[in-house]
Amino acid sequence: MSHLLDRLNFLARKEVGTFSDGHGVTTNESREWEHTYRNRWQHDKIVRSTHGVNCTGSCSWKIYVKGGIVTWETQQTDYPRTRPDLPNHEPRGCARGASYSWYMYSANRVKHPLVRSRLLKLWRAARATLTPVAAWASIVEDPEKRKSYTSVRGHGGFVRASWDEVNEIIASANAYTTRTHGPDRVIGFSPIPAMSMVSYAAGSRYLSLMGGTCMSFYDWYCDLPPSSPMTWGEQTDVPESADWYNAGFLMLWGSNVPQTRTPDAHFYTEVRYKGTKSVVVSPDYSEAAKFSDIWLNPKQGTDAALAMAMGHVILREYHLDRQAEYFEDYCRKFTDMPMLVRLVKKDGHYVPERLLRASDIARNMGEKNNPEWKTLAIDSNSGNIVTPQGSVGFRWGEDGQWNLEEKNGKGEDVKLRLSLILDDDHDTIAEVAFPYFGNREHDHFEGTDHESVLMRAVPARQVKLRDGEALVATVFDLFAANYGLDRGIGGGNVAKDFSENVPYTPAWAEKITGVSADKIITVAREFATNAEKTNGRSMVILGAGLNHWYHMDMNYRGIMNLLIMCGCVGQSGGGWSHYVGQEKLRPQTGWQPLAFALDWARPPRHMNSTSFFYAHTDQWRYETLNVSEILSPTAPEGDWDATLIDYNIRSERMGWLPSAPQLKTNPLEIATLAEQAKKEPKDYVTDALKSGDLTMSCEDPDNPANWPRNLFVWRSNLLGSSGKGHEYFLKHLLGTTHGVMGKDLGEEGRQKSKEAVWHDKAPEGKLDLLVTLDFRMSTTCVYSDIVLPTATWYEKNDLNTSDMHPFIHPLSSAADPAWEARSDWDIFKGLAKKFSEVAPEVLGVEKDTVLVPILHDTPGEIAQPFDVQDWKKGETKAIPGKTMPNVVVVERDYPNLYKRFTALGPLMKKLGNTGKGIAWNTEHEIEALATLSGTITEEGVTEGMPKIETDIEASEVILMLAPETNGEVAVKAWEALSKATGRDHTHLALPKEEEKLRFRDLVAQPRKIISSPIWSGLESEKVCYNACYTNVHELIPWRTLTGRQQLYQDHLWMRAFGEAFCLYRPPIDTKSITPEIEARDNGNKQVVLNFITPHQKWGIHSTYSDNLMMLTLNRGGPVVWLSETDAAKAGIVDNDWVEAYNANGALVARAVVSQRMKDGTLFMYHAQEKIVNTPGAETTGNRGGIHNSVTRAITKPTHMIGGYAQQSYGFNYYGTVGSNRDEFVIVRKMEKVDWLERPLTQKKEVLT
Amino acid sequence: MAEFLNTFLFGIYPYIALTILAVGSVIRYDRDPYTWKAGSSQLLRRKQLMWGSLLFHIGVLAIFAGHVVGLLTPGWVWKVLGISYATKQMTAMVAGGIAGIFGIIGATMLIHRRFFDARVRAASNFADNAIILILWLQLALGLSTIAVSAQHLDGLEMVKFQSWAQGIFTFNPEAAGYIADVAPVFKAHIFLGLTIFVIFPFTRLVHMLSAPIRYIWRSGYQIVRTKRDPAE
Repeated sequence: MSHLLDRLNFLARKEVGTFSDGHGVTTNESREWEHTYRNRWQHDKIVRSTHGVNCTGSCSWKIYVKGGIVTWETQQTDYPRTRPDLPNHEPRGCARGASYSWYMYSANRVKHPLVRSRLLKLWRAARATLTPVAAWASIVEDPEKRKSYTSVRGHGGFVRASWDEVNEIIASANAYTTRTHGPDRVIGFSPIPAMSMVSYAAGSRYLSLMGGTCMSFYDWYCDLPPSSPMTWGEQTDVPESADWYNAGFLMLWGSNVPQTRTPDAHFYTEVRYKGTKSVVVSPDYSEAAKFSDIWLNPKQGTDAALAMAMGHVILREYHLDRQAEYFEDYCRKFTDMPMLVRLVKKDGHYVPERLLRASDIARNMGEKNNPEWKTLAIDSNSGNIVTPQGSVGFRWGEDGQWNLEEKNGKGEDVKLRLSLILDDDHDTIAEVAFPYFGNREHDHFEGTDHESVLMRAVPARQVKLRDGEALVATVFDLFAANYGLDRGIGGGNVAKDFSENVPYTPAWAEKITGVSADKIITVAREFATNAEKTNGRSMVILGAGLNHWYHMDMNYRGIMNLLIMCGCVGQSGGGWSHYVGQEKLRPQTGWQPLAFALDWARPPRHMNSTSFFYAHTDQWRYETLNVSEILSPTAPEGDWDATLIDYNIRSERMGWLPSAPQLKTNPLEIATLAEQAKKEPKDYVTDALKSGDLTMSCEDPDNPANWPRNLFVWRSNLLGSSGKGHEYFLKHLLGTTHGVMGKDLGEEGRQKSKEAVWHDKAPEGKLDLLVTLDFRMSTTCVYSDIVLPTATWYEKNDLNTSDMHPFIHPLSSAADPAWEARSDWDIFKGLAKKFSEVAPEVLGVEKDTVLVPILHDTPGEIAQPFDVQDWKKGETKAIPGKTMPNVVVVERDYPNLYKRFTALGPLMKKLGNTGKGIAWNTEHEIEALATLSGTITEEGVTEGMPKIETDIEASEVILMLAPETNGEVAVKAWEALSKATGRDHTHLALPKEEEKLRFRDLVAQPRKIISSPIWSGLESEKVCYNACYTNVHELIPWRTLTGRQQLYQDHLWMRAFGEAFCLYRPPIDTKSITPEIEARDNGNKQVVLNFITPHQKWGIHSTYSDNLMMLTLNRGGPVVWLSETDAAKAGIVDNDWVEAYNANGALVARAVVSQRMKDGTLFMYHAQEKIVNTPGAETTGNRGGIHNSVTRAITKPTHMIGGYAQQSYGFNYYGTVGSNRDEFVIVRKMEKVDWLERPLTQKKEVLT
Repeated sequence: MAEFLNTFLFGIYPYIALTILAVGSVIRYDRDPYTWKAGSSQLLRRKQLMWGSLLFHIGVLAIFAGHVVGLLTPGWVWKVLGISYATKQMTAMVAGGIAGIFGIIGATMLIHRRFFDARVRAASNFADNAIILILWLQLALGLSTIAVSAQHLDGLEMVKFQSWAQGIFTFNPEAAGYIADVAPVFKAHIFLGLTIFVIFPFTRLVHMLSAPIRYIWRSGYQIVRTKRDPAE
């Protein structure tokens, strides 16, 4: 019967009974409507996928599909079990992930290829008469035509075009750029391969085959802690979250686990039930703070002072007054503490110089191989100076002694002496100078009035060196002096008692940090006591909250020191748990050949992004930080009077950091020039650089010959999220409307660069073409010339790994890409095809000359052992790969680029595979791939090679080649390492030799990775993954100069900038609030606050912050947080629209006024897009501004060091980082909220 | 021809209209139960809605009740009650006039809101836009009949409509003839009224059928729908 008639039938009896005294009735009405709800939750299939959003969760999700449409997602619960006594991993997943499917069919989805209409009109007009590359040339070579579309970037104007047409535009632009300017002017920015390895590899393979530049991200995001490579020679290696459960004492420092590691937080909760004590260090009352037994809330940016004071307490009570046996033993074996440092005289006192080397002693201590790279220590048994095994000199050029056995270079047993404090051990007490920065003035940070140079007594021994007598001291003795500890040998600036106000006592730290001395002492004691009782099970979870400061190295090394002096690193349940993005690309060495086309040509072109963007968005032209402000008062004599970009230029010149673009001359022309000069390309480049016939691009970044020309952005929101100095990007790189309010150095009359060419008029609009691939219309898409619709995370096949769990996880296709979208793999494959079609117009098989910096984990890393010498100044000879970048000629087959893209090339068979300095044969794997995926049957350059047509075939390449997913390869890799260390490590992988993970295995269930020498932890039935575990338990050296955890950084630049040892440095003064800027007031009261950009609850990076579900949970648009006191000062009440601004630009947001906030800070959660609910700013007249509108990247010379063992360049391993926390903004209530809902041409009002 | 047209519009069309109204509503309720709603836009904008909606609904409900009572009450009932046709007509004109003015003011506000408020406009479909315009027009036609009625206050004209309406429900084939000679404005008003019946199942008007009146005298506070077949 009809439902309506049933409802309207009042004659039949519907109530068939009552209950609860007639308050309830039973009816016999139809229940058919219930089917609606059953249908709502019925589905056709469930597919496993995850979210590739640089989220360390890497959670397993069930994706529900109904009628070909993804309907919703829920958490998967089928992870492999953990062992007894350890909680399982699931449930993993959070509210953000659960809202993802909203994007797929939302209005924000990019559905078709989009082109800026002005560009498309120009293109069609040109193409009517011209061939593709000529058509592109006719547009970009005409300044007016070019400007007509570049100057309106970000102002709408997109129209649809066909895939064929957009591919042709892009391919022509790439071909034109390659021919005219050079392939290194085609740039690709895509971050975090671990979040979707194949999608990353698609673009980087296309670029690498072309000779284009792949940009780094980890350093640019400022997630890279350079202190990790400095200390461990390791980019970042950290425990998985399950290992938190093994900790006995857990500190959270600048990390907000429940908010930003939601799926892992349960291990933190669980371990507290087990009795583990928890200390949370956070200036604001964060979500994590409520988990704490003790909450320490230091003034933001002063964490190093807190860590130094804790170190002071631990050294005093566990190393000096009493020697904890475990700590002492650990420090002797696994740190550089016993190593000897030369003391040199400067200004009448001693300054610690470099580590003593075998080459300093007569006859090189009998060491034939690399004596200048073998450090020295004193053997307690004999009292003699010895060359302990394991230093970097043992790593290269010889086999078998690169290990941490307690032996010297001759294979004799030794026991290294940590300290020379006993009367018999030292010859004298030296007065040694240590720099002090805590007295520098800062408007917003407390300082003390101690001297800039602190003299402290250090026991030293007289030794006879090649160049005469010298004083040496152990790192430990210098280390203890640096902490201001009274050793009973006199001298000033040291303390016996914790209550003395001497750097770095708890009483001193209380002044700087605001944390009471007794709390500091309590936490330090409990931390160390637990570590002593449990052999190192004290752990610190730390993150971006510390690492985004300019002096992040000090914050980090302060904490590392605590962990190392208590023997926590490399011990299960202990150590350094630095969690930022999803940087752990577990099958890295399987992925690299695919991603950088190493199967066809080596090396690829890599660039460190911070230096690149610093130069090419012209942020260097506005530099306010003088080197004198960060230079150490104890710096050795030298030419330190240069600007930050000068240091970068010197660094590139000396082969330390990479360059892109590389040379002013097109690298495709170099080989011909060399031929004309009748020289080898290597010699030609060297000579021409010296003579000035060739110049490096870094020396003149504003010259049109050196501009980057084409930029691809994929899997990224460069302009809406990570682009520090957003407004500078808009002004100089893009050439469109911007909000830069400050003046450049020329206008200000400030110190100008010594090395970089200054152009009075800065370029605006360096890029010819900006192409972005995304599934949603992000801020970056809005500013692009071409937007390509890509598949979502539920529409493609890919791989995903995280540092938080040991599983390798698939992304798999639940539905075909909606509308006209394609997977990244298919997009770049399509581009490659079109490129191969249009390229022959101007390109054939070409010789490309590539400049390569001196790379970490290669024999070249031991390039410059002592002084810093610049060949350009005649200080040394220019030798490629030694004193300058290496020069390599690579063949590019442009017409066959597509064929190469889709086949696994011959070099894998010929050269094998490498990783972390070891190499192994891959012939067997290549044969297996040929059988698995089939071979190319078509005639041509790739006939007979394994094919890589689909994203699954690409995944299989990674899985087959990586030791982490192929047990056979793991055994081969361990064998290779065993050769170098002289110890057998293959037992770590032999039980899994037969295990080979295939893509479909992962789709069935995420699988644990196989232990491999590429990583320092093990994944086994006995231990959770923990960083540096194999260093401590397998005696594999750290990949540092000393082969040990290095607490003393002896490179000249480290010493010059005062960071040889860890110390406290207050935040820098960015000077971005000038009286001129302050004058732009709107009549409302203003307050100046420290601008902090932590991660939020309603987004992960910029994703989810525009998701309707997440917007509904917060305030529906951009917000900033400030304290009640600060709000009252500026007359701001909750939910007011406020503007925050400084010389870099301005942003608008609603105010959240909260008691949780610490006075003096303004939080703007990272990457809230300006595309949702954002009005214009009063000062700039432009929409919004994002969090990076008020920041500017400032580089640090110590991050540019290279050619020096662990301080050598590696892609995403070392280099300048984009810090942003030292910035201050003016905050005030907006007078007029203008939504800018009018045409671009209409004039806007701005405050001046 | 005129006679045929009259018979078709007022003798046959009413049955077509009532059939579509009944069958269409049943089908819609069965096939698309989740489209059966008032489609309130209060969430998008409260402005104008309080006055507009209230005035409109009070006016229209009063008029609806007046029409039902006025047209379908048999003549003898009025006699028994002692109400003359003249009195009945005057009551209808005054009460209907007041309710009509309420209704049309309300409808005007709702139209303004629907067409000039960006959010409401964006959320409106064709049927939403059309129905409020049609109702406004019907109210206007209804009000303009007052002027015609005022020409003859004896109430006999009203009897014609009463006879017609009751004739339709009693299947009197002569029903259309009762109103063959009434003023064109009445005919337009009746025709549009029947047309509203026709479009009723296709618009938000269906919410009239779901007024939760029974809630007031419901017997239990908790309702359990049994799974058992009551026949067992």
